[in-house]
Amino acid sequence: MLHMNAVSKIYSAGLIETHALRELALQVDEGEFVAVTGPSGSGKTTFLNMAGLLEAPSSGSYLLDGVDVSSLGDNARSKIRNEKIGFIFQAFNLIPDLNIADNVDVPLRYRKMPAAERRRRIDQSLELVGLSARKAHLPSQLSGGQQQRVAIARALAGEPKLLLADEPTGNLDSLMARQVMEMLEEINRQGTTIIMVTHDPELARRAGRNVHLLDGQVSDFQPLDPQPESAVQDVA
Amino acid sequence: MTAYYFRLALKSIRRNPLLTGLMVGAIALGIGVSMTTLTLYYVMSSNPLPFKGEQVFAVQFDTWDEDDPYDNREGGSPPPQLTYRDAAALMTSDIPTHQATMLHRGFVMKKNIEAQTEHASARATYGDFFPMFDVPFQFGSGWDRTADADAARVVVLSAETNNRLFGGENSVGETIILDGETYDIVGVLDHWRPSPLFYDLNVGAFGDTEDVFIPFMVPISLEYGAHGNTNCWKPEVIDSYQDFLQSECVWVQHWVQLDNAEQKATFQSFMDGYALEQRELGRFQRPLDNRLNDVMGWMEYREVVSDDNRLLLVLSLMFLLICLLNTVGLMLAKFINRAPLVGVRRALGASRWDVIQQHGVEVMLIGAIGGLAGLGLAYLGLLAVRSWYRNYEYLAQLDPVMVLTAIAIASGSALVAGLYPTWRISRIQPAVHLKAQ
Repeated sequence: MLHMNAVSKIYSAGLIETHALRELALQVDEGEFVAVTGPSGSGKTTFLNMAGLLEAPSSGSYLLDGVDVSSLGDNARSKIRNEKIGFIFQAFNLIPDLNIADNVDVPLRYRKMPAAERRRRIDQSLELVGLSARKAHLPSQLSGGQQQRVAIARALAGEPKLLLADEPTGNLDSLMARQVMEMLEEINRQGTTIIMVTHDPELARRAGRNVHLLDGQVSDFQPLDPQPESAVQDVA
Repeated sequence: MTAYYFRLALKSIRRNPLLTGLMVGAIALGIGVSMTTLTLYYVMSSNPLPFKGEQVFAVQFDTWDEDDPYDNREGGSPPPQLTYRDAAALMTSDIPTHQATMLHRGFVMKKNIEAQTEHASARATYGDFFPMFDVPFQFGSGWDRTADADAARVVVLSAETNNRLFGGENSVGETIILDGETYDIVGVLDHWRPSPLFYDLNVGAFGDTEDVFIPFMVPISLEYGAHGNTNCWKPEVIDSYQDFLQSECVWVQHWVQLDNAEQKATFQSFMDGYALEQRELGRFQRPLDNRLNDVMGWMEYREVVSDDNRLLLVLSLMFLLICLLNTVGLMLAKFINRAPLVGVRRALGASRWDVIQQHGVEVMLIGAIGGLAGLGLAYLGLLAVRSWYRNYEYLAQLDPVMVLTAIAIASGSALVAGLYPTWRISRIQPAVHLKAQ
């Protein structure tokens, strides 16, 4: 599904260069649920942005669903993002003055889908996250957990092949976090590939595979492998 | 998608009404002020004879003092009016398609012997005046050459005079009394108000057309002078009206219709020949400078639109520019503040072009509202001009051309003001703003 080879990302600010990713190599197969962990500044978010085609690599190759996307232009990247990738953010990132149905509608609009098909998908995805009755509500009228479920519905409405989740439970209490995590697991069981960036070792353990990033590279060291608690805490 | 973007634009406007109000206000103020001055400038400088202005010419002869030109422009320019004798000489030519000498003066007018008297402004001219200037008639027509030659007591009423005296009914065949003499009404004009009043700029470029029109030879037969400018340069003994008619005083206007270049050249030769002939008789001592100015050339020569008007127009356009720069700043602030939401849309699949379209529609909507408000302000501005300056009453009106111009300027202005902010917002890096949310 995702195949990155020697991907680097360098940010330049005047004479100063920051290497966010260093020849990162990673393959994620279709249907996998991968948790990406790593300390702050390890390159997790840059990796996710790269995977989601929000940023282009400085060098290296990136194949998404068999297509080389590393050197595509803005329009092509936007199209692939719209059709193949779904995003879930820590801060939900709902559009505050659109109601729930209209928020879910956003990616479908950019796909220029007929109105009837958009309505069907909105209803279906809101039903999946149990918020059909809240279609006309504004995000501010929902709890944090409900907002994240709307964000999931929005991501799923486009029926993406790859779901990228950036700390999806970071702003939720433990009960809500568990519900969201169960939802992601269910989505993955239905065949959607999920890459989830998280700081939470508990959540990471529930993923099918863990990838640990350190200094912009995939680290051989897997802090989530069974080992003493103190070792895990040292790395984090 | 346009309907979707329109809905988003309305939501955006409602979300931040104060900022939107400031932007609309800035555009409206700029449009209002510039449209007020532009309308005045447009009417002042517009062609009052649009379909014929290049075939109708004001005639100038340089009969002035050999040592002291009438006008120092261009090293000495001829006077804008003619002497009676020169105009009379031109009237003998059959080269022009139409030609008319004319003057303006006042008469005491009565509908009939019992009616109250009122002052009437009159244009004394030749019957050719009407076809030469394409003057529209409601009833009847002008008079013929016999009436010109005989100084017949015939009159053409303006539409307003006919409305006032005869309630707008067909008054052809009726009579009116001018200075105690009875005149037969032969025609009633339709509404006709060329602006500027090009054919006689001595009585005010933006004044009313005359109440009545009579044959030129009528005031001559009555030994009347003209109301307007009479300029004389030569120390002459003028003891009688005949002396005045033969003097070097300039006091009548003369217009000719010359339909093509050949006809114009022929008439120019005729004028020059006449001038040389007169030089033999001791007149026309200045270098030969006999001019034929078409309508727009004449208005430029007579400086109908002054430099002050032009300066005012430039200043008002600069004011519009300042308003637009303010709008750019406000729009930029509004759009950049929205960068996180644009980041979300980009993450969900919006291309840069989608972002440009969304914000472009909002810019155009703000521009349209600002433009409409600006039109309202321009209307109020013109109302103020009309109430302050009576002579500008007919000038200060928004016609369809100016309304369309205002809409075009407003849309163009909004587009210009929104161009940079829209471009900026389309170039944001979504990744930066997604985390910031």
